[in-house]
Amino acid sequence: MTSILNVSPSPHVHGTETTRKLMFGVVIALLPALFASVFFFGTGAIIVTATSVAACVLFEYLIQRFMLRKEVSITDGSAIVTGLLLAFNLPSNTPLFIIVTGAFVAIAVAKMTFGGLGNNPFNPALVGRVFLLISFPVQMTSWPVPAGFATGYTDAVTGATPLAVIKEGIKNGESLSALMAKVPGTVDLLIGKMGGSMGEISALALLAGFAYMLWKKIITWHIPVSVLGSIAVFTSVLWLINPDIYAPPLFHLLAGGVMIGAIFMATDYVTSPMNPRAMIIYGIGIGVLTVIIRVWGAYPEGVSFAILIMNAFVPLMNTYIKPRRFGEELKNG
Amino acid sequence: MNSTVLLTIISLGMLAAIAAVILYFVARKFRVYEDPRIDQVQEILPAANCGGCGFAGCRNFAEALVAAESFEGLNCPVGGAETMNNAAAILGKVAAAADPTVAVLKCNGAPASRPKTSRYDGPSDCRIAHSLYLGESDCSYGCLGNGDCVRACKFGAMYMDKATELPVIIDDKCVSCGACVKACPRSLIELRKRAKKDRKIYVACSNCDKGAVARRACKVACIACGKCVKVCEFDAIKIENNLAYIDAAKCTFCRKCVTECPTDAILEINFPPRKVKPEPQAEPATN
Amino acid sequence: MLKTFPLGGIHPPENKLTAGKAIETAGIPASVSIPLSQHIGAPAVALVKKGDTVRTGQKIAESKGFISACIHSPVSGKVNRTDSLIDTSGYRQEMIVIDTEGDEWDESIDRSPGIKREITAAPAEIIKKCHEAGIVGMGGATFPSHVKLSVPDGKKCEVLIINGVECEPWLTSDHRLMLEKGEEILVGISIMMKALNVTSAMVGIENNKTDAIDRMGTLARSFSGISVHALKVKYPQGAEKQLIKALINREVPSGRLPVDVGAVVHNVGTAFAVYEAVQKNKPLFERVVTVTGKSLARPGNFLARTGTPVSMLIEAAGGLPGDTGKIINGGPMMGKALTGTSVPVVKGTSGIIVIPAADAERSPAGPCIRCAKCVTGCPMNLEPFLLMSLSAAGHVERAGSNKIADCMECGSCSYICPARRPLLDYIRLGKGSYIKLLRERKLKN
Repeated sequence: MTSILNVSPSPHVHGTETTRKLMFGVVIALLPALFASVFFFGTGAIIVTATSVAACVLFEYLIQRFMLRKEVSITDGSAIVTGLLLAFNLPSNTPLFIIVTGAFVAIAVAKMTFGGLGNNPFNPALVGRVFLLISFPVQMTSWPVPAGFATGYTDAVTGATPLAVIKEGIKNGESLSALMAKVPGTVDLLIGKMGGSMGEISALALLAGFAYMLWKKIITWHIPVSVLGSIAVFTSVLWLINPDIYAPPLFHLLAGGVMIGAIFMATDYVTSPMNPRAMIIYGIGIGVLTVIIRVWGAYPEGVSFAILIMNAFVPLMNTYIKPRRFGEELKNG
Repeated sequence: MNSTVLLTIISLGMLAAIAAVILYFVARKFRVYEDPRIDQVQEILPAANCGGCGFAGCRNFAEALVAAESFEGLNCPVGGAETMNNAAAILGKVAAAADPTVAVLKCNGAPASRPKTSRYDGPSDCRIAHSLYLGESDCSYGCLGNGDCVRACKFGAMYMDKATELPVIIDDKCVSCGACVKACPRSLIELRKRAKKDRKIYVACSNCDKGAVARRACKVACIACGKCVKVCEFDAIKIENNLAYIDAAKCTFCRKCVTECPTDAILEINFPPRKVKPEPQAEPATN
Repeated sequence: MLKTFPLGGIHPPENKLTAGKAIETAGIPASVSIPLSQHIGAPAVALVKKGDTVRTGQKIAESKGFISACIHSPVSGKVNRTDSLIDTSGYRQEMIVIDTEGDEWDESIDRSPGIKREITAAPAEIIKKCHEAGIVGMGGATFPSHVKLSVPDGKKCEVLIINGVECEPWLTSDHRLMLEKGEEILVGISIMMKALNVTSAMVGIENNKTDAIDRMGTLARSFSGISVHALKVKYPQGAEKQLIKALINREVPSGRLPVDVGAVVHNVGTAFAVYEAVQKNKPLFERVVTVTGKSLARPGNFLARTGTPVSMLIEAAGGLPGDTGKIINGGPMMGKALTGTSVPVVKGTSGIIVIPAADAERSPAGPCIRCAKCVTGCPMNLEPFLLMSLSAAGHVERAGSNKIADCMECGSCSYICPARRPLLDYIRLGKGSYIKLLRERKLKN
């Protein structure tokens, strides 16, 4: 008799993709935005990112090792992605204890309580961010003005985001054309020369990350395109109705967190729908909610709330919106 | 200030009153009559919700007991005769006598007697291994060793023996709910009548292949030689499909078949050691 | 732009090591074991008993019922015994064991070398001959071919589709057959066209076999109604429904047969077997088997008699390497792992793949990250992640309403899953339970 053979069910070959590769692919896609924010915010960006990533990984390790007493899976990279995304949603002068609190909420509350990777209904980084936004409104909305490495960490000059400028101005009865002069121009918005959360500022860097993820087939186009498309359509309609109080669509797309939200937050595997049809509906929902919150809501920015609200609908969408299966519609032409 | 407090109290109190009135009428309108005895019977059931009675849970079983004309065919294997008698007392009926049973594994093919001829490299799930192929040994009837039965047992009455790679049933904990019987894709587990001192004599094999094929695959396989049938004075043993079966109702635990079996496929468990016994005995798998 | 099917699909490494290796004859084994069930449907009933002498090509088992196939002796010699042995399915089944003595063929078989192009047999006779010759689908599914050649009443076949895709990695048996027996295949296709009463046939070949496309295209010019089409390389293009979609853009509705959209699909290997059966009176008792693997010294394509032990073919390919961890019967995506090398080659054995121990282990499965790659990879656009969890939990009914029965077990989901979850393993389980449930329900009504 020869040596004992392995017997397993088919298929007997496997693709080279792994969870870890996908997660590190996302990390690579986030690097351009990280460079942009280091370029504009200097040391602060590095400190905030490092703290957030380290805290997220550490909390995941501690919980898996000592509370759940199961295999530690921090090497899969998901905590790193959460840490990066959380950091990208914070101002570059956020105090350390706030970052650590946010990381704790993101990992311990939003992720591990639901059973860890794959089971959390809400995007952990966004839960962390929204928790901080509500708990520490002052620190979370004092955005350093971009000044490269001249921007200090604790002593940064702060200012409002373009979206906040517009929102406040409209409320005070200023005309939109006068306000648009106060905010950065389109080119500055594209490269990211504006106040805001660390990662959201540079639309170009984020789009480069999007291109990389599409090329590596990490995500599909459905969610980002439907989010951006629905925002563009909705704001265009408003702008055409009354350009005096509604900002132009391009401004809405480039200012604030739309880009990072559409490309990195809404596409989070675990909390987004699992078939193209549902993905498009989910994306449109995020786009519409974002504009509603921005234009009529209390906050100048609505992407994170919009995504969290749509996250809640994902299980429902997965149940009721099914892919068009092969042979489902009779096409006997 | 005072008026605010007052207003708050009044408005909340009114809300509460309105809600209470609505709830009252809703509760009356949608009231469902339930036999109060269902609750009483459910109280005395073990609340294991194991499904051993054939119903989804203890509540359903209680409903069935209350609705039943007689207790014929209704039995709670977990609670046993005591529970059934209590239930019968509540409902004013007579409990049908049911013998307590215990699960036994009809396979004794440890790797030592059933050599491995391949290695299963799939999900640890007997159902998948069973649908894939005959298993790690050449016996297509024997235990696959992936522990579906152990996972199905809600009473902690089973564990996998690392050395034999077979599940072990802990007699004291087994309530004979039958979950393991359903879980086994090869139907290797049987609920047998529980004898005093948990003594057992049964054929620990399920191989229906012809003797030669069965023997080639496993040293302790039943080869359907018929020696046990001949030696049994109580007509308790039958051979069907190349496999011997001992009827627990007829077996008197005389142990003659155990010594007669040439492949040690018949196990005797929880018996005192034999006094005059020149040849070595089959090692019992359990205890 | 080359044609292909639109939904899902994957691109596993092709590894067609033996594409350039001409077909060799494997030789006649000293003893063969012939399983009585080498096809889908009822097992055949043995016609011979211990001690009988048989000739090569003699019928040794009769098909039982319509969906069943006859079985012929691949060697001449004496029936040693019938025994319960492990076959390629991984279970025991009854086999007729024959000890070889010489190689004396049945006289009815025409062994002349020339190609006979003229088709004299009438449609009914063709179907009868295919049934008698025990021809089954040679792509690996082994569905009896005479059943597929008989169009049910009330239905009409418009086009015959010939599967030369060979989308499974590693395998090259169909490829070599098209290169070396192209003309015979085309005659076989013409025979099947006559039986089905159709005027056109389409041969689909994936674009990684350009030499076969050229060869078949050139030869097909002298056959009326046969066209050869190059297809974009994508797994599982060789699946019946996907091939129909790719070639004639029709979707076979869920739970229906290809003939419902006017198509019948046969493999090139089947076309060759039909040619031999109808024109040469030669029943199906040998086939081309690709024996391959990175660790083999001499991988190749072998013409092997059915019943030949796999060990003999591996010996012909340079012997079993010491580090072998797994041997697969068929392709790596849908084939079955063998329990040992003593199992016999059957009619559906398209390849034997020897995998070294280092590549034979599965990676441990991680948690589902809900990336939806299985959904986009599924050629039927099902939701494998959902079907797996429903199957594992035993929610057979819900799995059924999510179309688990449409799964053809191509393995794309398991292949693509980054968390290496055993998706197909559980889906197969749930599909089996669901089909069983349907059958029980049908019996009740």
